[in-house]
Amino acid sequence: MPFQSNVPPGELSEKWKQYRSSMPLVAPNNKRRLEVIIVGTGLAGGAAAATFGELGYKVKVFTFHDSPRRAHSIAAQGGINAAKNYQNDGDSIYRLFYDTIKGGDYRSREANVHRLAEASVSIIDQAVAQGVPFAREYGGLLSNRSFGGVQVSRTFYARGQTGQQLLLGAYQSLSRQISLGNVQLFNRHEMIDLVMENGKARGIIARNLLTGETERHAAHAVVLGTGGYGNVFYLSTNAMNSNGSAAWRAVKQGAYMANPCFTQIHPTCIPVSGEYQSKLTLMSESLRNDGRVWVPKSQEDAAAIREGRKTGLDIAEDQRDYYLERRYPAFGNLVPRDVASRAAKTACDEGLGVSPTGLAVYLDFDAAIQRYGKSRAHSLNEYSADDQRIRELGVAVIEEKYGNLFEMYEKITGEDPYVMPMKIYPAVHYTMGGLWVDYNLQTNVPGLFAIGEANFSDHGANRLGASALMQGLADGYFVLPYTIGTYLSQEIRNPMVDPNGPAFMAAEAKSQDRIDRLMAINGTKSAEAFHRELGKIMWEYCGMARNAEGLRKGRKLIRELRKEFWSDVFVPGRIKEYNPELEKALRVADFLELGELMMLDALDRNESCGGHFREEYQSEEGEALRRDDEYAYVSAWEWDDDEPILHKEELIFENVELKTRSYK
Amino acid sequence: MDNMKLKLRIWRQGGKFPKGQFVNYDLDGVNDHMSFLEMLDVLNEKLINKKEDPIAFEHDCREGICGTCSLVINGYPHGPMQQTTACQLHMRNFRDGDTITIEPWRSRAFPIVKDLVVNRDSFDRIIQAGGFISVDTGQAQDGNAIPIEKDQASHAFDAATCIGCGACVAACPNASAMLFVGAKVSHLAQVPQGKVEAETRVQRMVAQHDAEGFGRCSNITACEAECPKGISVEHIARLNRQYIGSTLGSEKVAN
Repeated sequence: MPFQSNVPPGELSEKWKQYRSSMPLVAPNNKRRLEVIIVGTGLAGGAAAATFGELGYKVKVFTFHDSPRRAHSIAAQGGINAAKNYQNDGDSIYRLFYDTIKGGDYRSREANVHRLAEASVSIIDQAVAQGVPFAREYGGLLSNRSFGGVQVSRTFYARGQTGQQLLLGAYQSLSRQISLGNVQLFNRHEMIDLVMENGKARGIIARNLLTGETERHAAHAVVLGTGGYGNVFYLSTNAMNSNGSAAWRAVKQGAYMANPCFTQIHPTCIPVSGEYQSKLTLMSESLRNDGRVWVPKSQEDAAAIREGRKTGLDIAEDQRDYYLERRYPAFGNLVPRDVASRAAKTACDEGLGVSPTGLAVYLDFDAAIQRYGKSRAHSLNEYSADDQRIRELGVAVIEEKYGNLFEMYEKITGEDPYVMPMKIYPAVHYTMGGLWVDYNLQTNVPGLFAIGEANFSDHGANRLGASALMQGLADGYFVLPYTIGTYLSQEIRNPMVDPNGPAFMAAEAKSQDRIDRLMAINGTKSAEAFHRELGKIMWEYCGMARNAEGLRKGRKLIRELRKEFWSDVFVPGRIKEYNPELEKALRVADFLELGELMMLDALDRNESCGGHFREEYQSEEGEALRRDDEYAYVSAWEWDDDEPILHKEELIFENVELKTRSYK
Repeated sequence: MDNMKLKLRIWRQGGKFPKGQFVNYDLDGVNDHMSFLEMLDVLNEKLINKKEDPIAFEHDCREGICGTCSLVINGYPHGPMQQTTACQLHMRNFRDGDTITIEPWRSRAFPIVKDLVVNRDSFDRIIQAGGFISVDTGQAQDGNAIPIEKDQASHAFDAATCIGCGACVAACPNASAMLFVGAKVSHLAQVPQGKVEAETRVQRMVAQHDAEGFGRCSNITACEAECPKGISVEHIARLNRQYIGSTLGSEKVAN
């Protein structure tokens, strides 16, 4: 199978422009005859489906949700980056490119990232035209804020609900194409296999989740916009139903999985409170614009807080360690996510954690409340405002900026974050790894494309905040609609694919057989119980810090658990009915293989970079130690039940110099 | 409190047509830090361990934004807390020994799939009827070309924050979805880009709303009280003005 990045020649800043102007096109009369299947309706899938419909392709779009609007992109809080330089603070396409490459710890492809930075500018324009109500200044122009890992203000936002507003924009465009008949929507349909014919992706087997029937759907190309696989950890900030199965089914058909061990652990999440916990909730990174992270300087104070004898308010200013400001003065609380997460772990490992479990640090808004309060009092000509009045005014500003996040925090924890500092701890949030794709976003399987979080392409070993929305929409609106033409222009002579052909019938029979086997086990444990166990293994051995011994052990434990799953899982209900437990079991079965590959990938990568921290490879100060000579490659894994095979794509840096990432 | 005992009265129904009924369950060992849905997870885990059929309920993000969860709890859509989805409701709002009644959304336009799960495709069809701005990818001008007054943008946002859960329908004695329709009409009518199609949009969306079998709005405002995002009925008022304007003062009629 082909395994070339297919990056076009030319100057970095000209590559995409030149390539776009010279790539093969598909004439309108042919577009009408070409069918495309898109799986997933989040920012990437939804945007692509809408745009393909507008272009005139025949589109079938699939989502397991009841409505395309429920995709997990909806939960993104903080914002979307774009190199507009509206703030006149020195931003540019090159700087966004550079920040993203550096933030990813030099493990992404230059050309893809530069293209992303170029597309970022058009995304904002497009979203505004769709009616997305971004935050604005008094003059009516778009407002920006800062995010981690950068020193400019380039993040556009819609309160703490940016993902929701952008997704609804894409959903509405998609709805328009559905009403025009250009796109056919299959909601409550889950892809359960990829169909291959003559070495090309030709369609999917989908399960109708209302009836339990399997269906065969054929097309000239298949696009996966199915999100990330963070739920392999069981506890994550992902939605409960987010899963890696569509991508994993493709891997089982020969697609390569790239950098699977690159997981983003987000530093600001609400800590775990008990064994029954089903998911973790993110507190947006935007909070680090104004919140200061700290732990008590002394273990005695920390212990007193854990035991409930003291609260954060009892700790005097000079007894607090604002460790991010101390360790990283240049970026302070706005260091990238991987750095902030590790620093929190270090503090808690030293016995300075502030929740009963010992796994939490403070995120404190008091200084911001004072600062904003004084500024607001000044603008209201209240020069003699007392402390209480200043606090009141400051709280109002914080409420305006982050009100919904503070509310969410209070609902979950029962504590008022305007008074008590928030308690936060890192949690699994995003997966930089994903299906290997070339510059055209095509996997190594001809005719199979992957977009958004489902591919690996743009974020290297660590994603910067407010870049996931950017990438999903860039892929869906502005990249794939062009690049898929390079493949589809070769398909115009091929007639409609027959969903009743032998390849489809065989794939459907295989899928049904897999479901039958699962139901027939009739064991004693729920799929949920297996998932929880898998999550514990993943977090313990493949979480924020990893080492070779642990990874070997983790791999062994997963293999044992997988064996147990296939002999002892119990799936209630019947196949041919609405059966959420069966859906879950099918997804957990895939996670039990994917998890093993993640261990293997982490074991192969004998270096620390971005979110991948191998304890054996760290500097004296405990910072990640990259090994560019040996590991500046993308690991692309070909699945095999016994020994998966590693393929390497060397990363070539022609425009940026590889440096030790420093945020000091 | 980590050992609350609850009596649960839960609606069980095999599908759209079979007759449903309440079934009682006793649940012990409930921690007051649990979310309401985690409490149902614990019950389901117990049922599965006894090889019984777990209770079907829909959920996804569990942080109040996807709009999937849809439970009527003690008679209130999303439960007794204001501006809180069922997934964000925590057990500390209940007391040891409470009896809790859990039902699905009830409306002809939301047929039951199983137990507490309903089919809300009708909402998608209402959006497809006109809840969008007709702009193709790549046609947009610069994002700052048209300034929008800060408060105006903020009001549009207030409407756009609807999560499409359907609690407004469940709350309304007429099972009207006017708050849902009004929120989208009002959002798009308040941004300059959406004004071009405003008349056609309101006509088509209201026509689809009626065709789906939702009831008429008679200003009871239970929808506003129960909306987990606090969407105001003023958006219905704006819809009404738009609707009347587009009916009387325009050459445009619904097509």
